[in-house]
Amino acid sequence: MRLSDRARDLPESGIRKFFELAEARDDVISLGVGEPDFSAPWAARTAAIDSLERGKTSYTSNRGMAALRERIAAHHERYDQSYDPAEEILVTTGASEAVDLAFRALVDPGDTVAVHEPTYISYGPGIELAGGEPLTVPTRAEDDFALTRESLEAAGAAEADLLVLCYPNNPTGATMTEEEYAEVAAFCRDEDLRVIADEIYSALTYGAEHASIATQPGMRERTVVVNGFSKAYAMTGLRLGYALGPSEAIDAMNRIHQYTMLSAPTTPQYAAIEALDRCDDEVAEMVDEYNRRRRLVVSRFNEMGLDTFEPGGAFYAFPDCGGDDEAFAEELLEAQGVAVVPGSVFGEGGEGHLRVSYATSMRELKEATDRIATFVEGRR
Amino acid sequence: MDAEREVLDVLARNAREDIDDIAAQTGLDADAVADAIDALEADNVVHGYQAVVDWDRVDEGKIRAIAEINVELDRETGYEQVADQIAKFPAVDALHLVSGDYDFAVEVLGETMEDVSRFISEQVAPMPEVTQTVTHYIMDTYKDGGIRFEDGDDDDRLSVSP
Repeated sequence: MRLSDRARDLPESGIRKFFELAEARDDVISLGVGEPDFSAPWAARTAAIDSLERGKTSYTSNRGMAALRERIAAHHERYDQSYDPAEEILVTTGASEAVDLAFRALVDPGDTVAVHEPTYISYGPGIELAGGEPLTVPTRAEDDFALTRESLEAAGAAEADLLVLCYPNNPTGATMTEEEYAEVAAFCRDEDLRVIADEIYSALTYGAEHASIATQPGMRERTVVVNGFSKAYAMTGLRLGYALGPSEAIDAMNRIHQYTMLSAPTTPQYAAIEALDRCDDEVAEMVDEYNRRRRLVVSRFNEMGLDTFEPGGAFYAFPDCGGDDEAFAEELLEAQGVAVVPGSVFGEGGEGHLRVSYATSMRELKEATDRIATFVEGRR
Repeated sequence: MDAEREVLDVLARNAREDIDDIAAQTGLDADAVADAIDALEADNVVHGYQAVVDWDRVDEGKIRAIAEINVELDRETGYEQVADQIAKFPAVDALHLVSGDYDFAVEVLGETMEDVSRFISEQVAPMPEVTQTVTHYIMDTYKDGGIRFEDGDDDDRLSVSP
């Protein structure tokens, strides 16, 4: 069948290759997984089951259940983010849909959209599908992969129409402080950039509270914040996210959403209400466990001589492998049966690094880091 | 969180963690971890380290029971004194004073069901303060010490994902 040029031009994700290599073996310890190893809190799961038993299988409002939007609004007060549940919140099928809708609602054909890299792999293709042109803004290891005004200027982002932010970051685990955001926000105001801020990992920060560009002066009206339940509540497969933003942006996104998705799935919305009402303690326990693993992994990589900065969020460490990251990852898988993802898969600035997910048990992390240490020793 | 509490959180999950790994997980140095463990032991916060065992999987395993015990106290005898007497028996694995319909919940570990019933009827029931005992044999254990007893891991996530 003849395909659209758009579909033909869409590249295969670089992660696919490593997935296939890892799947071909059955003795692999994978540190390549981009989702929690926990299951959703039981209370949230039972709420979903209960909703099914009560026959709650109809569509919800396009924007999502009002009861859920009210809870999302209340939940975001903890980040000093204040949004009207009636007008400024849209519940979506995963945060991925919210990102896609934001591109479609905010990008005109030919618009330039600045994206810092390394970062999550779906923004570039999403921008192109919306007719925009991605502009890469490399972040630097010496800045611990935070975005700086200097990087934005050097990449020519002043000419861009829109900026995509993803902090806490996949794949680096980097976070941004209020001070770092102040600098980026000033750039966005000076150069009149709007922002899509993917904050899906906001609940998973260690030590410092999550900061958001949307709370910087003059930024709320030019920012769409994307978040969801996948990472904080270990609900990846339930596909539930949301967008927060000025009513005109949310309204435009909802107009697209009502034709393309109609509404987010109903069952997870019941799970999400329960998650927001009752599962804070379980999230805190998961964060504590991720934090212990994070410290162990970072310290072990530094001990084996692979420089690793201390990531402030998400569940990834981003060690410097000192050379060709793809070759390192392939040889490591071959020699020791440990899967990691080469940093270059996540764009410019990722080369020479590895994405190591610590969303796996402490026992496996110890075994995997022992094997990596043996591998590194053998290469010397 | 203070150092002792951080170390305790790690030990409570896995008492076999070695000091270097606890140090790595908590961000403390190894000496500070060792000091924290010494202090936890000296202050009787940590009373010991044991394995969480699924006795049903051991040939010639053990029988476990929970006994509810009611007691009658008098001017000279309080719960502490009775508890002290009951706790002395090696068959008593755990002993708790509880609220509700009875006074003590006693977890008993024995080689056979007969051992356990003889212990309750011949050692515990005759104590002068004990007025009633009800013994529940544990038929199966699904979770203990916070650990779910089940086979292997059922991680069905994709091995590599974005």
